[in-house]
Amino acid sequence: MSAENQTPPVLEARALGKTLGGNRVLDAVSLSLPKGCVKVLIGPSGAGKSTLLQCLNFLIPPDSGTILLEGREVNGKSRRELCTLRQNVGMIFQDFNLFDHLSALENVRVALMKVKGMSKLDAGELALAELARVGLQDKAALYPASLSGGQKQRVAIARALAMDPKVMLLDEPTSALDPELIGEVLAVIRDLAQNGMTMIVATHQISFSASLADEFLFMEKGRVIESGSPAELLRRDSGSRTLAFCAKISELSGEGGEAEVLAPECRV
Amino acid sequence: MDFTVAYNAAREALPYMLGGVVWTVGLIVGAMLLGLALGVPLAVLQVYGPWPVRRAVGTYVWLFRGIPILVQMYIFYFGLLSWISALPLFSGLGLDSPFVAAVLVLGLTSSAYQSQIFRGAIQSLPAGQLKAARALGLTDPQAIRSIILPQALRLSIPAWSNEYSILLKDSALAFTIGVVEIMARMRSIASTTHEPVSMTFLAGIIFFVLTWVGVKALNHLESRVRIAGYTRQGAA
Repeated sequence: MSAENQTPPVLEARALGKTLGGNRVLDAVSLSLPKGCVKVLIGPSGAGKSTLLQCLNFLIPPDSGTILLEGREVNGKSRRELCTLRQNVGMIFQDFNLFDHLSALENVRVALMKVKGMSKLDAGELALAELARVGLQDKAALYPASLSGGQKQRVAIARALAMDPKVMLLDEPTSALDPELIGEVLAVIRDLAQNGMTMIVATHQISFSASLADEFLFMEKGRVIESGSPAELLRRDSGSRTLAFCAKISELSGEGGEAEVLAPECRV
Repeated sequence: MDFTVAYNAAREALPYMLGGVVWTVGLIVGAMLLGLALGVPLAVLQVYGPWPVRRAVGTYVWLFRGIPILVQMYIFYFGLLSWISALPLFSGLGLDSPFVAAVLVLGLTSSAYQSQIFRGAIQSLPAGQLKAARALGLTDPQAIRSIILPQALRLSIPAWSNEYSILLKDSALAFTIGVVEIMARMRSIASTTHEPVSMTFLAGIIFFVLTWVGVKALNHLESRVRIAGYTRQGAA
């Protein structure tokens, strides 16, 4: 995070506001993603995590506030600026959203051809390399319907990475997965983080994200009410809302007190 | 009724009746293609267009679904097209022919119905498909062309083959403005042979065979473009 002072953050949101159906879903949320940093959004469902992530690339246009990509404000009304923003901001969805009529390879290839204007051959080569990176080169010809959930999410990650994004938004990337498939996706995400990808992840995988995150952002009712390093927020005597929430999650998921698992990591 | 007489009359009439098949096939191929060419953009506009456009498409659909084909045939043939072809600019283009009028009426009506088939298919796709395409930087027209329509059109084929079979039978109304298709020939030969019943049976059989062949062909198309493991019902 030392780069924060010299260069502008890769992605920055200032005072984002969004009202949906009379509800204040986002209430003046600001956040900044310096290069190489990993931030994790946690909080109860309905807190606005997903809306926040989708506002960052204008999938949901915010009512107020500004988005800055590498220090330059993005005009959400300009089609060209939107496309540039989205090319630079990769997004991973909870339910994968692979294109069902395209094979794994074609899923990765399509935007390379349509958006980046690459030839079919070049795009295919790059797509195959990206699939290899997530360990799925042998599944390139398969359609989404014949892939497991974990494989689908890894194809989705390959698809986003192929665009060579500067930052990745991950919206509960493992929430729709069977427990035994979560690991393979988390491994890919860990790999990304270790290779210096700038990321913001909404997740309920507390212990996993605690080991990766530079910062936890705890959201509730459309606002970030707590933020800090995982170690700070999850310290047993921190009395943080985050700690209480995480304790409840681990109780429910029956992991036998995840806070216990976390404690040693957090004392470091 | 003597069956043998009826059978022989029908057999003798067959070549003449089959000559009408060319016109019937011409009508439905023209009308289905016109309906497709207009129906797809209409559906896209009705789903993604701004509200005045959506409203306009809705009105268009109401008009063509609400006015009987027979009435439209008269309006187009005796009215609109005869006036238009009287204009110097359009004279000599053959716009006043009954065949053109019939293809237009059937095609425009079908475009109204087809647009609703495609609209339903587009709206049945998960919203995440468009979101994912946008998130990758595709523009909306690109996303619609390469992501939405390839899926929606596949889903539309069963309803589309239903539309074919309906349109085929609607095409029989073209005889009222003088297209010499199957029905017109049936009526003329029935009056000369005095075998109306057997000629009607024969026409019915020919229509049935055309329906059967067309629907089978579309079923075949459906299975050819099917994607491995991707069916709406079977989706786990």
